[in-house]
Amino acid sequence: MAVTTSVQRQTRRRRWTRWSTVALFVLPALLVYALFVLLPIAQAAFYSLFRWNGLKPLTDFIGLANYERALSDPVFLGAISHNFFIILLSLAIQIPFALGLALLLNRDFPGRAVLRLLFFAPYVIAEVIAGIVFKLMLTPDGLVDQTLDATGLGFLTQLWLADPDFVMYTMFFIISWKYFGFHMIIMLAGLQEIPREVEEAALVDGASRNQSVRHITIPLLGPTIRVSVFLSIIGALQLFDLVWATTKGGPINASNTMATYMIDWGLRRSQLGYGSATAVILFVLAFIVALLYQRFVMRQDVEGATTGGPG
Amino acid sequence: MSRYLRMGALAGAGAILATALGGAAIAQDQVDIEWWHIDTNDPGLSLRQEVADEYMAEHPNVNINITVLENEAFKQKLALDMQAGSAPDIFNSWGGGVLAEQAEAGMARPIEDEIADWVDTMNPAAMSIYQVDGVQYGVPYNFGLVGFWYNKDLFAEAGITEPPATWDEFLTDVQALKDAGITPIALAAGDKWPAMFYWAYLALRAGGQAAMEEAISTGDWTGPAFIEAGEQFKRLIDLEPFQDGFLAAGYNADQASTMGNGKAAMELMGQWAPGVEVAESESGQGIGDALDWFPFPTVEGGAGLPTDVFGGADGYAVGKDAPPEAVDFIRFLSSEPIAERFGATNTGILPPTEAAVDSVTDPTLQTLLQKRAEATFAQLYLDQATSPALGAAINDAIQLLVAGQASPEDVAAAITDAAAME
Repeated sequence: MAVTTSVQRQTRRRRWTRWSTVALFVLPALLVYALFVLLPIAQAAFYSLFRWNGLKPLTDFIGLANYERALSDPVFLGAISHNFFIILLSLAIQIPFALGLALLLNRDFPGRAVLRLLFFAPYVIAEVIAGIVFKLMLTPDGLVDQTLDATGLGFLTQLWLADPDFVMYTMFFIISWKYFGFHMIIMLAGLQEIPREVEEAALVDGASRNQSVRHITIPLLGPTIRVSVFLSIIGALQLFDLVWATTKGGPINASNTMATYMIDWGLRRSQLGYGSATAVILFVLAFIVALLYQRFVMRQDVEGATTGGPG
Repeated sequence: MSRYLRMGALAGAGAILATALGGAAIAQDQVDIEWWHIDTNDPGLSLRQEVADEYMAEHPNVNINITVLENEAFKQKLALDMQAGSAPDIFNSWGGGVLAEQAEAGMARPIEDEIADWVDTMNPAAMSIYQVDGVQYGVPYNFGLVGFWYNKDLFAEAGITEPPATWDEFLTDVQALKDAGITPIALAAGDKWPAMFYWAYLALRAGGQAAMEEAISTGDWTGPAFIEAGEQFKRLIDLEPFQDGFLAAGYNADQASTMGNGKAAMELMGQWAPGVEVAESESGQGIGDALDWFPFPTVEGGAGLPTDVFGGADGYAVGKDAPPEAVDFIRFLSSEPIAERFGATNTGILPPTEAAVDSVTDPTLQTLLQKRAEATFAQLYLDQATSPALGAAINDAIQLLVAGQASPEDVAAAITDAAAME
């Protein structure tokens, strides 16, 4: 009896020591997270229930009226559609493009390192700077237009950033330019982890290069691709800097995203209660997407593909 | 004396000496003044720094820190600062409803008493724009009106011999310019407020002082004057008179530079236009003598007088924690010799300091001064006369009209809805 209790006490003490060590290491980060992420979210949820211009005291309680207004505002709904537009195009074009580049750059050839550097460089540039530079280049009769004219491609000129129907495609191009290198690097890292023996075995068994890539490499790259897609989706939902620096959501709200809408209608017009409501909607949307994605798409990766699991 | 007593005495003497010396240095309390202004171009940019330096030389205990911001960036930064609870000591203000909101929130402070001894040197109409409930909160440094700045050479090229007096003549002239292959109008519809100028002026011409004042006080913008304003503006928009990419164009980078480079025949802008055109032009010279001005045309059957003007003032507002030295610096800025130097730059600063009016030598600007003196009624810019939210809604609605995505009735309804939410 005495022995068991002492063992029990020891295990308990060990467990306590372990948990207290964990807590000690996690606590600072948890504190920062609570202070700078959880608390503002709670505050935003609170402010969203008021009509408030940020300067007067918080007295005008209006319940969920801000949410009603946001969800019935065609401009906000348009902004949401723009976010999803970017998501769709990113998944259809940008990610496959990055994957293709990664596959190409995985083979050894002279100048490979330089190319990798070049493709990754846009990611390093600050978004505001990229936005401003593109804005300058894309002015009517600006650098891009004049270059097209000079090379005989004048018929391709558009009002890149001034045409409400075309501006989202231009934005998608700028976003892709900025981030394709990032996704490419992620996939390159994933490709490096695939043992060469598997690919070589397939080739020995008579598979063509194409078949090998399609049926061996890409499935093995699955977890990496899923991470890339996830980052792309969340990034598209939060899109702000690039759009704000280039078009401020214009012309006539044609390139608004949820975040630019929030800043324009909330902060700039001193309607902080309304802005907070749109921020909460953005948060909830992103949260749901993240949860669903983690549960259904990434479940196999999270639990470990080799252990099988219930999925 | 013991060693410790000696050390103690030395330390004490040293401390007294330090305090005495230090005390002499801080005998007059150091005052720091935060000044935010939007004059990003010369000559205004350097002139303001010069004037600040001169004041600091006369008042060694005062230190003036200048922050220069571009117009839109300034509005944003100021809004953010105020929402965080602080305000610069001196900042740009266009008066009206925006200043009123800032005053109500306690971010701007009244200066009525401090300026009492020199308030009568200033143009009273201009000063009234900076009053909230009759109490003075700011001081104007520029007071003028909006009108058409046009390129005489381009007009001549299109065969237009004299500027239009009525809106119908104006539309004919626009068509003539188009036929001659000239872009008739430079418009920064991306910034929205330049487009608002057209609609507001047309409403002023159509409905006069009565209609404007009623709409602002009752929040009902669906009156016939405003519908007509939209319809007349639509007649212009349908002619497609604006430069390429006008929907995304900004005032400084696009509208002013297009005019300054001689690429468009006219712009509807305030009295500061010449200076900005010169600054934003590629050559740095603007269009020189080819630049002239004509007042906004009349609208047939309109209740407004041709001498009604749409415009406003640029001025200084005083932040909540501003020291009395800040107000004294504003007195310095508004004094005749300093105001004259601003007027003499001929960049479109029309001083409200009555005695400094003659410093403006440019003949076109003198015409504006004359119109200002003759004005029967002055309507303040709509996005300043109302609150930031309503002002933004007005600008939004008009931008949709310019883009062809809203009708005149839609515009009136949208503005009235936004006013109802105030």
